[in-house]
Amino acid sequence: MKAVRAVAAAVFLESVRDRVFYNLVLFAVLLIGASILIGQLTAGQDVKIIKDLGLAATSLFGLFIAIFVGINLVSKEVDRRSVYPLFAKPITRAQFILGKYAGLLLTLLANVVVMSVALYTVLFFLARGVPEGVQKAWDAPAMDPGLLVAIGMIYLELAVVTAVALFFSTYSSPMLSAVFTLGIYLVGQFNSDLKHFDTIVDSAPAIAIAKASYYLLPDFSRFDIKLQAVHGIHVSAGFIATTVGYAVAYIAALLFGAMVIFSRRDFK
Amino acid sequence: MTRGAAAAGAIVCLAVAVGLHVSQDWWPAPQIDDPGLLYVRSPAVATRAVLSYDAIAADTYWIRALQHFGSERLAPPEHVRNYSLLYPLLDLATTLDPYFSIAYRFGAIYLGEPYPGGPGRADLAIQLLKKGIAAQPDKWQYLQDLGFVYYWHLRDYKSAAASFQRASELPGAPTWLQPLAAVTLAEGGHRDASRTLWMQIAKSEEPWLRDAATLRLTQLDAMDIMDAWKQAKDQGYNPPIPNDPSGTPFVPDPATGGITVSPASKIYPLPGQMQPPS
Repeated sequence: MKAVRAVAAAVFLESVRDRVFYNLVLFAVLLIGASILIGQLTAGQDVKIIKDLGLAATSLFGLFIAIFVGINLVSKEVDRRSVYPLFAKPITRAQFILGKYAGLLLTLLANVVVMSVALYTVLFFLARGVPEGVQKAWDAPAMDPGLLVAIGMIYLELAVVTAVALFFSTYSSPMLSAVFTLGIYLVGQFNSDLKHFDTIVDSAPAIAIAKASYYLLPDFSRFDIKLQAVHGIHVSAGFIATTVGYAVAYIAALLFGAMVIFSRRDFK
Repeated sequence: MTRGAAAAGAIVCLAVAVGLHVSQDWWPAPQIDDPGLLYVRSPAVATRAVLSYDAIAADTYWIRALQHFGSERLAPPEHVRNYSLLYPLLDLATTLDPYFSIAYRFGAIYLGEPYPGGPGRADLAIQLLKKGIAAQPDKWQYLQDLGFVYYWHLRDYKSAAASFQRASELPGAPTWLQPLAAVTLAEGGHRDASRTLWMQIAKSEEPWLRDAATLRLTQLDAMDIMDAWKQAKDQGYNPPIPNDPSGTPFVPDPATGGITVSPASKIYPLPGQMQPPS
């Protein structure tokens, strides 16, 4: 556990050194700038649009970090040959993988937390000048705690994307890992279409492959409850619990896979 | 080349570029009356193309719809107003975010506005509101708006009353909707029922809607004056031509033998006074 913690801390510090958190400044400027401009551009929809923008930006910025930092997590260490002295220390390959993953999750958590605080701050100031009568007409209050559920789901989605990137990073080059991870992310967005493939195709093998892909590939659309959160639509505890379970199981499968592949690599 | 010379070169070149850019104010490019383009028209394609960012994409299409409507409505008089992108933009926005209430409600108002203030497409306004009702069947506001479109734009008082009645039966509906349904059915076409409707809209929190309602109420007052003048004339009197409520004199209307609102008036055109180009 100590070894995992040490690797995770190193990943976090490296992301700080690599100026990964500069995106937080960009996020804050984007939100504040948008909150000033949007009032002029829309017909009384500032709060909805700021919520949409905040959630979309949290997801998109996180996605870039998860993919472009994630694909380098292992391959960079191998290319730099810094992995050799590391394995001379009392650390197993599994601990190394887990530590790398935990470090990037910590970086993403710091990002998501700061972005959420920025979003709620902007919403607080935006709602302050709005009469109570107008606020009552909104689908959900500006400082709706339901947004946190959507943000939690975004974080879970990023955790799965990170696991996918790390998995590819254990045996492929950063360039190919990025292509594979982006590919999996895109396919995962359209996953539910594969389920209904039989409605447009007659071929039994094609339908079987589509069905198998539907169950095997990660279903990223499951984590998207941004729309529901913005409109104050109730999301059942059962759905949230099964989605969290699904994410944990999928991440575990990817990490085990990454450990197996990485343990078979020859660094002699 | 020294570092100082390179920096000075960069600053000089940037200054020249900025200067040339400013010169566009003196030698502007010829203006083209661009009809505007919408690259993605299929809501199904848009839904897939935006991945999980459907809400923010819906906002973008909504802002585009507002800009399209505003730029056509406020265009100079020589511009032939064409609101052809309004419905596709609203359709995209409401497909990407099926709970986008304001896009249904304001969108229907914009679509129903008679030409040249809007496209005068009450049929599309009804289509949009029915899409909203299908997405949120408990939203009485959509049925109220639907009744309004039937009443004001199509003068279909029976359908209007049915919509108000259905709206009044939904949870949370205001108490005035049921009497409104009754009044609409009993006095369909009477200006008093119209006034009741517009006075409800004039209470809106949205300044644009309040302004629209004020204009419509003023137009109803103008119609009362026009009717009174025609009645006096038909009875053999020779009344002088009065001013409309905005202060502009009415003009004779050869088609009816009465008077009508002048094109110079702030309340011109009255509903049906101007038709879109075919």
